[in-house]
Amino acid sequence: MKKLFVIAVGIFAAVLIVLSLDSNPLFPAFGTFDIATRISSDYFKNLEEANISNVVTAIVVGYRSFDTLGEITVLFISAIGVGLLVNTHGKSKRMDLEFTPNFMLRVGSRIIFVLMVILSVYIILHGHLTPGGGFQGGAIISSGLLLLYLADDSFRSNLKRFKLVESFAGIGLIFAGILGLVLQGAFYANILPLGSFGMLLSGGIIPVLYVLIGLKVGSEIAGMVDHFLTEEVVK
Amino acid sequence: MALFDILSIFISVLLIAFAILALLSKKIIRSILYLSGLSMLAAVAFVLLKAPDVAMTEAVIGSGLITALFIFTLLATDRMVTK
Repeated sequence: MKKLFVIAVGIFAAVLIVLSLDSNPLFPAFGTFDIATRISSDYFKNLEEANISNVVTAIVVGYRSFDTLGEITVLFISAIGVGLLVNTHGKSKRMDLEFTPNFMLRVGSRIIFVLMVILSVYIILHGHLTPGGGFQGGAIISSGLLLLYLADDSFRSNLKRFKLVESFAGIGLIFAGILGLVLQGAFYANILPLGSFGMLLSGGIIPVLYVLIGLKVGSEIAGMVDHFLTEEVVK
Repeated sequence: MALFDILSIFISVLLIAFAILALLSKKIIRSILYLSGLSMLAAVAFVLLKAPDVAMTEAVIGSGLITALFIFTLLATDRMVTK
């Protein structure tokens, strides 16, 4: 009886939603809307103004930097949550592996770690030219750290340095926004020369922002991984 | 039918199959591994949909970090239960 009631209410709500949206001018039918009335056409028209060859980056870090700041804040809050939940008081040790890694595994994983760091630096620096950017590069750095944790049973990362890098990158992000507000009159306005299209040093402030985002995201997720893999010493 | 269409349909069917397997498998560790495979296939699907930025994020975070964190949490809770 209860389930029947739930199903009836669900069908009623679905019919109500369909009826209210069916003849609504704000919700055109599939394939009939006019792109000229949408804001996305403006982004493509003004692409020369942003001077960035990767359209996604032009939108994510150029036009919508404030949204990106919000996303980073969400990640920061989740990192704080993980820190609060699984923080260790006093002495802590890393999680034990159930096997002892041999020499080949340890050395090989370090070589792969170096390759991953090179890849992530490439992805972060070329964020305005090719697919990818700060988020992806930072996540690759932290997954490399996870690899080191897995393949070496005596590895401990220095959490304090990560926190320092994270704090400075966060302050730098806010500072870049305020600098644009003071000099150009808008939060995250471009204050650097745009350069020539498609070069490594082009796009004004966007490569700088992406490097800061990459450092912040990478150190944040690395801190989260570290929190997960350390446990309190039971006396 | 072009090769692209066949590949798209194959990936889509595999996505649904992996999702159902992740829901229905009895062991949690198998669920996690199916979820990892689902993320990897989703990354391939994003590449087919011409969204390489999203595909990169999905491959790194969904298939790498999340899987590892789930497995570590599972190992830690297992040890707590057996103690």
